[in-house]
Amino acid sequence: MSTDPKATSSNSPAFEFKSSVITVPVLNLFSADINVISLQLREKIKQAPEFFKNSPLLIDLQGVHEQELNLPLLVDAIRNAGILPIGIRGGTQDQKQVAKDLLLPIMSAQSRTTSANLQTNTKETKLAAPPPTPTEKNEPAVIENTIIDQPIRSGQRIYVKGDLTITAQVSPGAEIMAEGNIHVYGTLRGRALAGVQGDESACIFCSDLQAELVSIAGNYRISEDIEESVRNTPVQIYLNKQALLIKNI
Amino acid sequence: MARIIVVTSGKGGVGKTTTSAAIAMGLAKKGFKTAVIDFDVGLRNLDLILGCERRVVYDFVNVINGEATLNQALIKDKRCNQLYILPASQTRDKDALTKEGVGKILEELSKTFKYIVCDSPAGIERGANLAMYFADDAFVVTNPEVASVRDSDRMLGILSSKSKRAENNDDPIKEYLLLSRYNPKRVKLGEMLSVEDVQDILSLHLLGVIPESKAVLSASNSGTPIILNEESNAGQAYLDIVERYLGEDKPHRFIDEDKKGLFGRLFRS
Ligand SMILES: Nc1ncnc2c1ncn2[C@@H]1O[C@H](COP(=O)(O)OP(=O)(O)O)[C@@H](O)[C@H]1O
Ligand SMILES: [Mg+2]
Repeated sequence: MSTDPKATSSNSPAFEFKSSVITVPVLNLFSADINVISLQLREKIKQAPEFFKNSPLLIDLQGVHEQELNLPLLVDAIRNAGILPIGIRGGTQDQKQVAKDLLLPIMSAQSRTTSANLQTNTKETKLAAPPPTPTEKNEPAVIENTIIDQPIRSGQRIYVKGDLTITAQVSPGAEIMAEGNIHVYGTLRGRALAGVQGDESACIFCSDLQAELVSIAGNYRISEDIEESVRNTPVQIYLNKQALLIKNI
Repeated sequence: MARIIVVTSGKGGVGKTTTSAAIAMGLAKKGFKTAVIDFDVGLRNLDLILGCERRVVYDFVNVINGEATLNQALIKDKRCNQLYILPASQTRDKDALTKEGVGKILEELSKTFKYIVCDSPAGIERGANLAMYFADDAFVVTNPEVASVRDSDRMLGILSSKSKRAENNDDPIKEYLLLSRYNPKRVKLGEMLSVEDVQDILSLHLLGVIPESKAVLSASNSGTPIILNEESNAGQAYLDIVERYLGEDKPHRFIDEDKKGLFGRLFRS
């Protein structure tokens, strides 16, 4: 055999470019005080160390425009907490320049989650709910459908851009999120958040409602506030003028 | 090729080690060459349950570090020549286990063994993750109480996403439910979840129900896996489990309260 394997492989393509949508957690900052941020970050990580370990993180600076933020220090603090910043968005011109110097990509700031209504509920959702990174919007507007036939277990989280259909159960401690509708043909015991990018026409359907929390476009209801009459029954959950309604189907 | 079984749960004290010892002995007694590995570095007790604690020379970590060969570390059971035990290290910390090290040992064992049973430590940290990473089958040991069921559910989530099979997009790990320390009387009183409750929450294939039994403690104390006590309910339950796992169709037992005989019924007020 005289063929040199190296010669053949240099003729065939060594890579291809593809575009892919990924889901990453976003850190929405409300304060520019690095000490406070580091402290709270560590607290947060303690609650779910596995989830955050080496997790990528997008830093959203929209909330701290008015404040003096030391971006290099912030990035250090985040890295020290075991999280890997992968870019910023929503920064001022100065902040963008600093990010460039730090070799941090700058993302466009359009796609902010509208889950702001969740504020009262949990700080967790603020840090944890991962909207996808914005991608260029030149693809035709098709609704992405995701169908899952495996149970969603405690500690698992699912985020999809379009509609989400689950033909199994969702366990307590699991979290499912969709930018569109959610269908669960099984018992819904975990958290379900539909219309997470603000689509108020999104609905949640499930064949047995025992959820810990349901939310549509940021309007949520916790388990305690779900009436007995709709518990353990098949329901549709929808929004009517900012009011979250649950009806039997 | 060996089949790798992980015995796991998330929660501690539910009966993982008891189960690992019982099913490893059960499989070996059926004639399959079986190795059982203690992944609980720092809290080893599989060797106690199997009654070989005084024959431990080398351990799992020694083999990983190349300080001993696998053959030197494996302890052959005195009752059944098809059963071998690889004890955990009592003195190292749990970081001594590495994915590469564990993978190499399992690969070597796979050449000569039919079944490899991995006794997982509690928790969802390194030791537990490594015990399940290479598994083909998972025996999820759960007690009939809410906290234990919740932890098992969490473990199932990790099994389906962080295993080698998941990473390679192979067929997923086969998951089985073993409901342990079941007490029909307390279920009836509403103090414990019933088999149906647990099945409903976990929706998992039930391999067997192991009743709460005093015989388990005395078996542990004497270093005899409970499956060797054929008189005991728990021993019979584990034998059923092994046979069901091997493909036999056996009806479930130990789910309902003991049927009292005519005599018992007459004299109950
Ligand atoms: N079926 C059972 N009936 C009564 N006691 C049991 C049973 N199974 C386990 N035990 C006891 O529960 C305790 C914990 O068991 P062990 O197997 O060490 O659990 P783990 O390995 O999950 O921590 C031990 O004292 C053991 O004797
Ligand atoms: Mg144990």
